Amino acid sequence: MAPTSPARDVAIVAFAQSDHRRRTDELSEVELLMPVLHQVLDATGLKTSDIGFTCSGSSDYLAGRAFSFTMALDGVGAWPPISESHVEMDGAWALYEAWVKILTGEAETALVYGYGKSSPGEVRDVLTRQLDPYYVAPLWPDSVALAALQAQSLIDAGDTDEPALAAIAARSRDAASVNPHAQVRGSRPQGDYLVRPLRTGDCPPVGDGAAAVILAAGDRARELCARPAWIRGMDHRIEAHALGVRDLTDSPSTRLAAERAGAFERPVDTAELHAPFSSQEVVLRKALRLGDDVSVNPSGGALGANPVMAAGLIRLGEAAARVHRGDSDRALAHATSGPCLQQNLVAVLEGES
Amino acid sequence: MAAAPSSDVLRAPLVVEFPFTRSLGPVQSAFLTGLRERVVLGVRTGGGKVLVPPVEYDPVTAEEITDLVEVAPTGTVTTWAWNPAPRRDQPLRRPFAWVLVRLDGAGTSLLHVLDAPGPDAVRSGMRVRIRWAEERAGAITDIACFEPYEGADTGRQPAPHSGEFGDPVTGIVAPARLDYTYSPGRAQSAYISGLSARRTIGERCPSCQKVYVPPRGACPTCGIATRERVEVGPAGTVTTFCIVNIKAKNLDIEVPYVYAHIALDGAGLALHGRIGGIPYDQVRMGLRVEPVWSEGGRYPDHYRPTGEPDADYDTYKELI
Ligand SMILES: [Zn+2]
Repeated sequence: MAPTSPARDVAIVAFAQSDHRRRTDELSEVELLMPVLHQVLDATGLKTSDIGFTCSGSSDYLAGRAFSFTMALDGVGAWPPISESHVEMDGAWALYEAWVKILTGEAETALVYGYGKSSPGEVRDVLTRQLDPYYVAPLWPDSVALAALQAQSLIDAGDTDEPALAAIAARSRDAASVNPHAQVRGSRPQGDYLVRPLRTGDCPPVGDGAAAVILAAGDRARELCARPAWIRGMDHRIEAHALGVRDLTDSPSTRLAAERAGAFERPVDTAELHAPFSSQEVVLRKALRLGDDVSVNPSGGALGANPVMAAGLIRLGEAAARVHRGDSDRALAHATSGPCLQQNLVAVLEGES
Repeated sequence: MAAAPSSDVLRAPLVVEFPFTRSLGPVQSAFLTGLRERVVLGVRTGGGKVLVPPVEYDPVTAEEITDLVEVAPTGTVTTWAWNPAPRRDQPLRRPFAWVLVRLDGAGTSLLHVLDAPGPDAVRSGMRVRIRWAEERAGAITDIACFEPYEGADTGRQPAPHSGEFGDPVTGIVAPARLDYTYSPGRAQSAYISGLSARRTIGERCPSCQKVYVPPRGACPTCGIATRERVEVGPAGTVTTFCIVNIKAKNLDIEVPYVYAHIALDGAGLALHGRIGGIPYDQVRMGLRVEPVWSEGGRYPDHYRPTGEPDADYDTYKELI
């Protein structure tokens, strides 16, 4: 099926992220978030009252605080009243909602943010609570264990091996060494098995962080940004929740989302992939048919910093920032959610030459 | 490397526990009751595939499925992962393998754990069988784990099953516990620390000058950080109130009592607290009150009248 072209042009015009850190005890969630909100507003010269729609992504389970997104709104300036929405997901899905809001003509600009503090709890345990509550969650399989099952499937299928996974981890952290926001930068030992076949180096760091972007339509985008990152297409898809039903070596939902986003119409030069585990990059490269000439995760990706609920939005932001800087003409951005790449979002961003 | 937490930021353990009580549909009820009776059931889709564990709707076509079949308690590992350090609540206390097992007769795999001496004893394709829990209640944990098994797949076909058992399980209680170390951040730490010295600390917005108490580090109107600490109170004015007539569980306060919004002197918005030391039907807007601290209390137990004349309406109307 041919992708549908959007009714109006919408672009990412500004992006900011925090320095991601293992813990930020001195900061409440709003204190963590506020600086990045100010950065994107300052970059565009917009005030809160100029923003047509605000949308955020976060999860109360991370920090153990009920309705934490309402407190985070203090950092936005929600009085006089604003048009606002929240998704209990990565901020990438908040960006999707904001994009739809602009496409339908209900807003000209949107502020999107995502944040997560993983340091107060045990994120491996916390993420078990998103699993099927009848057959799976009572066993408490943690996020690393489920990713390790996927990694072993890939090894059994001959799609990768442990040295290849180590090479992905090393390449990512080398790339992260030039990213001042990343949490884990430069070479580090692969370490012991956390859950075999995944070693510490194959797994993302646990940390706290936030990110924000501003979207704008048409000429408004051109006024706010010298080289807007135009969203040429965006789509997200989901697969069966039961792991035993899925082929863990493949990601048909990513492939379908990419097809619907128009990713296969022309080659991309950059791909920011949300692959918290090295093995997941193997799956995504295959699903997205990325050649060796594509720059994959020049930011270091989620292996450099994985603030849960912001890491996917950061992929969109990093891809957009490369377009803004003129380092990319056509970039693919991907975000994931759920165990073993259950849900996947793909966007294609382009700069005008 | 973790940055050392600054010394004036408070931290405390926070435990979130919840017993999720869930009802089961006919298919899940049959499956979990079956486990209690050492019978493993799956469902057959319209396309002929047998799904174990069973679901009520075909994940491909979304068609409702009710065709129950019995599969074998033996199967084949389709993939695995060795867990050297079991976490709390995981099925085994010693190192084990996570496994996806395709039971003989099934077309999909079940997630569970395998009791094996070490990673060298596990491989994809190995044969395993269910080890049943001694006490079974109708839950996925009725399967204690899988264990290695020498027998080959006999190719026995799944047998039709009515799904009917005596005393069917119709619901599950899934207890969950998550442990956190809660830190309220810089602004609220200062507020809580101030209270322990019986002082109420707010923060002033540099833009609109409003003093927030308790402070959260941001002005929700201006969307900017608040930094300047301001001590407010101790006395304040009742801006509005209600009379509570129903006794709360675990609360040792005689009803009726008054719960009020109190604008502490110098604060830009009202706190709430209980009013004591005055009959409930004599509390009024404008009443001047002061905090009463209990011995060792971390916050005011209640507020009582100061004896001053009532505040003029114009002095607190903006704070209602
Ligand atoms: Zn203000």
